[in-house]
Amino acid sequence: MKGIRLRKAKNLMMTILMGAATITVLVPLALIFIHIVRMGLSSITLDFFTQIPKPTGETGGGMANGIAGSALMIGLASAIGLPIGVFGALYLTEYGGSRISNLIRFSADILSGVPSIITGMVAYTLLVVPMKGFSALAGAVALAFIMIPIVLRTTEEQLKMVPGTLREASLALGVPMWRTSLKVTLRSATKGVMTGVLLAIARIAGETAPLLFTALGNQFWSKRLTEPMAALPLQIFNFAIAPYEDWHKLAWAGALVLVVIMFTLSLSARYFGRSRQGS
Amino acid sequence: MAESEQPQKWKIEKGMNGDFIFKGVTVIFAFTILAILLLMVYEMVRESLPSIRKFGWGFITGRDWDAVQGSFASLPYIWGSVVSSILALLLATPLSVGTALFITELAPKKVGGVIASLVELLAAIPSVIYGLWGVLVMAPWLQSTVQPFLIEHLGFLPLFQGAPYGVSMLAAVFILMIMVVPIITSIAKEVLLAVPQSQKEAAIALGATRWEMIRMAVLPYGKSGILGAVILGLGRAIGETMAVTMVIGNTPQISLSLLSPAYTMPSVIANEFAETTSKLHASALMEIGLILLAVTLIINTLARLLLWGVTRKQKGGSAA
Repeated sequence: MKGIRLRKAKNLMMTILMGAATITVLVPLALIFIHIVRMGLSSITLDFFTQIPKPTGETGGGMANGIAGSALMIGLASAIGLPIGVFGALYLTEYGGSRISNLIRFSADILSGVPSIITGMVAYTLLVVPMKGFSALAGAVALAFIMIPIVLRTTEEQLKMVPGTLREASLALGVPMWRTSLKVTLRSATKGVMTGVLLAIARIAGETAPLLFTALGNQFWSKRLTEPMAALPLQIFNFAIAPYEDWHKLAWAGALVLVVIMFTLSLSARYFGRSRQGS
Repeated sequence: MAESEQPQKWKIEKGMNGDFIFKGVTVIFAFTILAILLLMVYEMVRESLPSIRKFGWGFITGRDWDAVQGSFASLPYIWGSVVSSILALLLATPLSVGTALFITELAPKKVGGVIASLVELLAAIPSVIYGLWGVLVMAPWLQSTVQPFLIEHLGFLPLFQGAPYGVSMLAAVFILMIMVVPIITSIAKEVLLAVPQSQKEAAIALGATRWEMIRMAVLPYGKSGILGAVILGLGRAIGETMAVTMVIGNTPQISLSLLSPAYTMPSVIANEFAETTSKLHASALMEIGLILLAVTLIINTLARLLLWGVTRKQKGGSAA
């Protein structure tokens, strides 16, 4: 064969290029990760979890109000988003005609591609303007907008995997459709649904843009849901762009906490996903 | 017998009632999603109307953004968004496709799996953290090392003129590239995994080298799916707010130089929307948001259609 050497050389070159691409991709990501861990570990203190931010010029302080605010808003967003996502998915798999289902699916896919800052603007016009003030509630609604399509699509995937024979068996025993859906179909997909929920929570836990003009952020503790509320990602943003070395340290500590939360959520999502496959 | 059938029948009817309610609830929630999408579009259009009426097409073609004078036009922001996203995609696409090919075709299964999960884990890092790293680590490094080097050696090009500021279009391009690579890689990987084994084996059996197999069997099959992944990455890059806002320098100017600061559509919204000076200012920002929404809707529709085509082909293939 003529040219076999050339062909092999080309093969080798492309192999090396693909390997090089992989290394080029992994190196900056690894650098970022290592840097966050190193800076975070050197900046984090117990105060970080118990104190609120100190006024400009004073050292120390923490992000306790941000952590609490994030947790509260994530909880609220889940309370709004989970039922819509899960029941919507039940409609798609248990009832929907193919055309309507495709329309809903398509809207969910498009919705998940809407930039998160736009969801913030919409929550602003829907809640902040009529209520005449930035509020934790508006922040939670903006986060729910982001969460709903993720929960819907992952739940639907899981429900689709429940064998039809299981539903038929239940229906044949005279169990009404709604009980079958909730107690048989949804129940046997619980672990998979949990995976989707955890991934959705991981996604909104780090969202900053939708909170900028809904929850706004707060230097202090918030007492009501109708007040501006601090959130961990917002505080990281504000402290990162401030010109104080001390605030940068707090931002790094916040970043580490956020990354640990994200990874814990992703890994437990994976755990749920895997144990479902195993059983 | 007749007596014992009576309660049975009643139970079934009650069950049917439950079914009716249950179906109603699921229908309402399912259509809530459609309603949210329509509501978003409606709200954005409604709030943009004052600005659209006042400035017309001039809003897109003009360069003047002056909150004090009350005159608004958005070309510098559109320019910043388009240039930063497209350059980031140009850099990210070969890297992502190369990585996806490495994971699916070259690496041993276990190694590929580990790399794939690493990439997926990194895709989950929030943008504010990329921004934190970008503004505190990458931008100073660009300012002290990369940009002086570019000015010295490539300074004759209009792309690399000016002073090294650190925060710049270049910084935004780099941070966007780092952020979209995991997204494109993980979708492209899924697409490549859907290439039927028989196609690859056929190429190998004809004596193709591994690269020739990739070029002849894998890439043509995955072409539209990979394109879908890239377009989806573009949608993410254009809408990306926090990380870009933190590194791009937030200066509304149209400059050919990658070293000069710029501004993007999401960034100006993020910086100004909470503190607007007038109704018109808010409406102008809303119109920028509307443009952004329209662009991402088009991009995402396109990407989904391409990706749906792939998954459908995959289903058809497995059924045949």
